[in-house]
Amino acid sequence: MITFDREPDTYKHWKVDINENRATLFLDVSEKDGIKPGYDLKLNSYDLGVDIELNDIVQRIRFEHPKVKVVVITSNQEKNFSAGANIYMLGQSEHTWKVNFCKFTNETRNGFEDSSYTGSIKFIAAVNGICAGGGYEVALACDEILLVDDRSSTVSLPEVPLLGVLPGTGGVTRLIDKRKVRKDIADIFCTNADGVRGKKAVDWKLVDYIAPPSKFDDLINERVSKVTASVKLRNGENGIKLKALNRNITNEGIDYDTIKARINREDRIANIHIIGPKSVDVIDINEVIKMGSNWWALKFARELEDLILLLRTNELEVGVLTITSEGSTDDILSVTSILEDNKNVWFINEITGLLRRTLSRLDMSSRSIFTIIDNNSCFSGLLAELLFAADRTYMLNNSMSPENTKGPFITLSDINFISLEMVNGLSRLATRFNNDEPKLNALHKIVGKKLNAEEAFEEELITIIPDDLDWNEEIRLSVEERTSFSPDALTGLEANLRFPGKETCETKIFGRLTAWQNWIFNRPNAVSEKGALKLFGTGSRAKFDNKRV
Amino acid sequence: MTNLNYQEKIPNNVDLGTDLSLQRALEHWQPKFKNWWTEMGPEGFQASDVYLRTATSVDSDGWATYGKVKMPEYRWGIFLNDKVEDRKIHFGDNIGKPVWQQVPGDYRSILRRLIVTQGDTEPASVEQQRELGKTCPSLFDLRNLFQVNVEEGRHLWAMVYLLHAYFGRDGREEAEALLERNSGDVDNPRILGTFNEPITDWVSFFMFTYFTDRDGKYQLKSLAESSFDPLARTCQFMLTEEAHHMQVGETGITRMIQRTLEVMNELKTDSIDAIRNAGAIDLQTIQRYINFWFSSSLDLFGSEISSNSATAFANGLKGRPDEMRYEDHSEKNSTFTFDGLSLENTIETQTIPMRNAMNEITRRAYVTDCEVGLKRWNRLIKKSGYNIELKLPSTRFRRNIGIWAGVDVSPEGQLITKNEYDKSLGAWLPSENDKEFINSLMVQVTKINKTAGWIASPNRGINNMDIGYEYVNLKK
Repeated sequence: MITFDREPDTYKHWKVDINENRATLFLDVSEKDGIKPGYDLKLNSYDLGVDIELNDIVQRIRFEHPKVKVVVITSNQEKNFSAGANIYMLGQSEHTWKVNFCKFTNETRNGFEDSSYTGSIKFIAAVNGICAGGGYEVALACDEILLVDDRSSTVSLPEVPLLGVLPGTGGVTRLIDKRKVRKDIADIFCTNADGVRGKKAVDWKLVDYIAPPSKFDDLINERVSKVTASVKLRNGENGIKLKALNRNITNEGIDYDTIKARINREDRIANIHIIGPKSVDVIDINEVIKMGSNWWALKFARELEDLILLLRTNELEVGVLTITSEGSTDDILSVTSILEDNKNVWFINEITGLLRRTLSRLDMSSRSIFTIIDNNSCFSGLLAELLFAADRTYMLNNSMSPENTKGPFITLSDINFISLEMVNGLSRLATRFNNDEPKLNALHKIVGKKLNAEEAFEEELITIIPDDLDWNEEIRLSVEERTSFSPDALTGLEANLRFPGKETCETKIFGRLTAWQNWIFNRPNAVSEKGALKLFGTGSRAKFDNKRV
Repeated sequence: MTNLNYQEKIPNNVDLGTDLSLQRALEHWQPKFKNWWTEMGPEGFQASDVYLRTATSVDSDGWATYGKVKMPEYRWGIFLNDKVEDRKIHFGDNIGKPVWQQVPGDYRSILRRLIVTQGDTEPASVEQQRELGKTCPSLFDLRNLFQVNVEEGRHLWAMVYLLHAYFGRDGREEAEALLERNSGDVDNPRILGTFNEPITDWVSFFMFTYFTDRDGKYQLKSLAESSFDPLARTCQFMLTEEAHHMQVGETGITRMIQRTLEVMNELKTDSIDAIRNAGAIDLQTIQRYINFWFSSSLDLFGSEISSNSATAFANGLKGRPDEMRYEDHSEKNSTFTFDGLSLENTIETQTIPMRNAMNEITRRAYVTDCEVGLKRWNRLIKKSGYNIELKLPSTRFRRNIGIWAGVDVSPEGQLITKNEYDKSLGAWLPSENDKEFINSLMVQVTKINKTAGWIASPNRGINNMDIGYEYVNLKK
């Protein structure tokens, strides 16, 4: 079973040096320590294991080292920054593994930019050697790229000429959208396996600055101090230690403090049951900082992230996630307002960032999501995001029931309008209503109001509101129907319906680039016995089916 | 400029006189080359007349024309072995198809990289050796140093010719970069690590020409098999000159050993101190220099398991040295078995696709070639009645590239602990004390018929000239 949580003393591939407001990450991949057998991680090439460590390192810097404003990514291997994703690993992997690998690495890269754009840490790639493919894609995700000008270090995206696939971790998109490289230059760059060095790399906007080896450290120092000045919300003194997750994995499910997940492999369903905050979590900001990683919101974000990653990687056939919750609506609203009222406190900014990125992982999980609101639910405030992340929501309508005519309720909060944007740059509510401003203004007016099923349905916040008699049967039928459809068609359908409206760099990466890459990954020209990806390293040339499709 | 003038200025057999675009490229490059030679070439002897061999054609008369010349005026020429009509590709996936007279588009960048990497080593060694003239053991040796230097310069020309003639604008840019990188320059170092270490003493020079130039020989032999015909023919001709460089190394080491044995016999001792006090180099020190240079030269062949070497072989870009000696020239489904390193850090037998083993196959041929000299030297030692044997260390010893990189291995090839390795490494490689001692011997000797005391006189001159001939006229 692949797990994603790491402890700093177990890192095999990275060395981390923290010095006041700068953290330097040295990539030094241990060749023999691939996460799976069958390949050597030569030339600082990486696999999922290397990226899991990177994700953990950056996460810990965000929380445990609040003085750090700039992360410098560089290499500890002479003349070699990174050769990118390991080709033999890709060549031997099943399609699902390749897709999940790319997804996770994409999310880590996007996480750099998410932090950079929201007042948290910024990133500088100090490219001190040959930097190819995925290695350059890591650099592209940074705020600045510095390249050593030693007449031999190059940046390159050799995927098309060498491997018959795309630079699929954002490479193509960031080149033209983020760095604004002209498309014909990008065309030359992406078809030349040798790459570009020195001044030409600057002229082509592939890197930001160059310096000869003897002046490279000076350049790094200069850029770090410049970039440091633009970082807004890294003003903490003492870090918050991220304690190990309290997790229990059994055959039936995965339990944490704030989430209990039940996996039904026969029916291919997993239930994610959230246990909302308690009164001990409703405290002032200083107390929150004291509680650190035990505070509900941070604990929940970390546990949900871990669960999503475990399900994605290890439970490939679970097709439907049902999300339920229990707890007090008042408490979740109070916890939400702590987040809303303290946006300028670095710790809260980091928790919000982690929540935002984690909810985005859920949007990208290629699973059907049904959120179910029953009598004990607490889907309000920040947990209301799980209503809008879902493909469908079911809310119990008790208006006909003799016993309980009051609940359940949902309540909107400011956080549903701002701070937890999806990868398209819009809140889930704005996405739900395709950025319809009058509608969003009307919804903003009912922030804080308790809505029962009929009211919530009236406001278009809920899909279906079965009454107490239909409730169980309605949900069973919907889930069974869902699991009977083609998983591929569902993934495609959901990925299209979840993102109406405008595009961003990230939606293009997850949409256009990933979709094309996954198509290419399935085509004989890449992965048949005579495909370019399969034959790489054997010396034999690929035999292409030359029909353009 | 007329055809004749061109032949005079740049001896060639590539019809330079009628190729206008090539003329333009080379005319642009030649002044830069001359500047480079003046700035980075042999220090202090640019005005001396040196008795040098110049290639003026590829036939048996022309490849070695002797005469005195000032090095900056040396006529660096461009020569390819004669074309074999209807030559066919003889290894890889395209056996039987005609060889390429032009660069195929699909292989453009990989061929360019091969040529640039090879080309970069040629001027690098000139730069590494530029100070050696100041401590030459004799005029004969000084002349040999310069002969090696100008021919490395010619080899650079040969690679630049290919870049200019076949690779368009990119090729011209790469040709300029070959002069912009300099050995040991922090900002613009040479491509391969070994070529950035200065060679400051003559023991190292002889070791370099014996061990490191021999790597060059094997790289050239591989490229001499190439399906890109102009590259193959260029390298075939370069091999003639490269053989002379190794000769300089082999006779140099032989003469050192001879001198040591003379001293041992005169003093009737094998005491290291006594030998050193008498100004000769003890065999133990020579062994440590062998350990150092052999192991660092092995890295130049690349990793034992290599996808690049498989690509180069399968596509017919780079063959095995003496490819025709092998039976199977496709090696598509064959395997190669060797002692590799297991995950538990033990030595275990591993089997890999033959094509991925091309570096290792070339390295093994190289090692066998290196052993020839060792046999000769040991015979000399034995004949003098001493029971000391010089040995090549294991190919696993002190490697920085490939599966043995960073693994703690003794010169005998045994896996040992890091502790043992660190403790013994000083005894296996030249120590500071050794280097100080060697440097103390490095005193310039330029009197006619004289040779420094740490090395025996040569037993014959150049081109049938007398040993006492003034091979270099210093007073200019």
